[in-house]
Amino acid sequence: MKLEIPRIAPSDITPQDTFRNRRAILASLLAAGATSALRTSDAAADPQATRRLEYTRNAQYSVTEPPNKYEEITSYNNFYEFGTDKEDPKANAGSLKPEPWSVTVDGEAEVKGKFTLEDILKGQALQERIYRFRCVEAWSMVIPWVGFPLSALLARFKPTSKAKYVELTTLYDPHQMPGQRTPILHWPYVEGLRIDEAMHPLTLFVVGLYGQTLPNQDGAPLRLIVPWKYGFKSIKSIVKINFTERQPRTAWNEAAPNEYGFYANVNPKVDHPRWSQATERHIGGSFFNSRRPTLPFNGYADLVADLYKGMDLRRNF
Amino acid sequence: MNVEQRYRLIYKPVVFAAGLIPFAWLLCGAFGWFDLSLGADPVKKLEHECGKWALNFLLITLLVTPLRQLAGLTHLPRMRRMLGLFAFFYAVLHFTVYLTLDLEFNFRELFGDIAKRPYITIGFIALVLLIPLAVTSTNKMMRRLGRRWQKLHRLIYVIAVLGVWHFYWQVKRDVREPLIYAGILALLLGYRWARAQQRKATSTSGSATAPERT
Repeated sequence: MKLEIPRIAPSDITPQDTFRNRRAILASLLAAGATSALRTSDAAADPQATRRLEYTRNAQYSVTEPPNKYEEITSYNNFYEFGTDKEDPKANAGSLKPEPWSVTVDGEAEVKGKFTLEDILKGQALQERIYRFRCVEAWSMVIPWVGFPLSALLARFKPTSKAKYVELTTLYDPHQMPGQRTPILHWPYVEGLRIDEAMHPLTLFVVGLYGQTLPNQDGAPLRLIVPWKYGFKSIKSIVKINFTERQPRTAWNEAAPNEYGFYANVNPKVDHPRWSQATERHIGGSFFNSRRPTLPFNGYADLVADLYKGMDLRRNF
Repeated sequence: MNVEQRYRLIYKPVVFAAGLIPFAWLLCGAFGWFDLSLGADPVKKLEHECGKWALNFLLITLLVTPLRQLAGLTHLPRMRRMLGLFAFFYAVLHFTVYLTLDLEFNFRELFGDIAKRPYITIGFIALVLLIPLAVTSTNKMMRRLGRRWQKLHRLIYVIAVLGVWHFYWQVKRDVREPLIYAGILALLLGYRWARAQQRKATSTSGSATAPERT
């Protein structure tokens, strides 16, 4: 399988003079491991513009299937904070201000506090991984994310032995996220992983897509990607990381406990109560060539099945 | 021009053309004509829009009697067959997209879905029930069936309820739209129920009123 050059629409590329004028160039920050955050007022004025990132390709954790088009990944989203139609997040996420951004770390950890985005990214080498993405609604994409392993971040905070789970929370701000004015889910959106899932090398803390920072509708400025689970576990626009002793309550499980579990591992043998999970529709596939069988753990079984040895995956769905 | 001519030469052609507009729009979107697009998941969009238009035409069909009775549009029922057949048309399209483009002719999955997914079971039942109504929609059939035609076509109430319920059960979380459809359907059926109650009251009080054809 030859390496595909990611397709970026000309309209998505930051205009050169804008790029040069920005003082807070995230890319050089990360490449140099710089610790000072250069603030710019430009970013606040144009929150939807994305910037180039510096990263290396990680082929070991990438699939060889061709990635979906940037247009597909950024115009077909479930992000109920901006509306419940697939086209709503792209249309409405302009109100989100991904800068300045901070993440609060709390709970069973030695290092706690409030960290800016720059702090979070300090010293982390970015890598691109082309992951499969499978929504619980039975559609899927292949997406070239840019980020770093969550384990590398969590290690900095030195979780104690009491930390059995990691709970993550999305921003709550109905001004920026108009969908939060409707209680379609319990806001803010909360997700969680068992500590070994969070520390797994596949679990990615993501800041970019197709080599650029995340557009708002995809969960700017940072989100989680857990590729062997249904997409709702891959929480977006994270503002809090909490190490907990007990299993966190998670948004979709709270909304419909018989339909969305805590583990949410992709499993063709465990159907959603209302629809089958045996197959999925691949977005961007041609007519009559889109439906494919769902893979256990979304194709990552050889890397993650061990985490669940001995567990009844139907009960712990 | 008399009423019959007005319907035949103006109203019906106009409504027929209007009824095809959603189809034309979807076709253009599917092929990318006139810059129209069905988005990143065209199959889902097609499936969903055809389903919605089937429901829309079902509700419009059920609106004919109340409009006739409340607004005095005595000739509106001439339009009802066309409206009902449009509901059937979009329902068949909806199912066809589902079977051919979504399931990609996987009949095993189709039967599995119909048997195991309640929302698909009732959707399929609603579609199947529409068939005898479509087949008996001709003047010849109306004459042939006589009084039984009236009874058979009351199935439209069951079909409409199943259709809206199918929509409600299909939606992942945001039930607002199906609930709006349910509300409108409740009004349309509630109106008929209220009229029927009224008729019962007047007929038991002794007046010799023949039962109205809805």
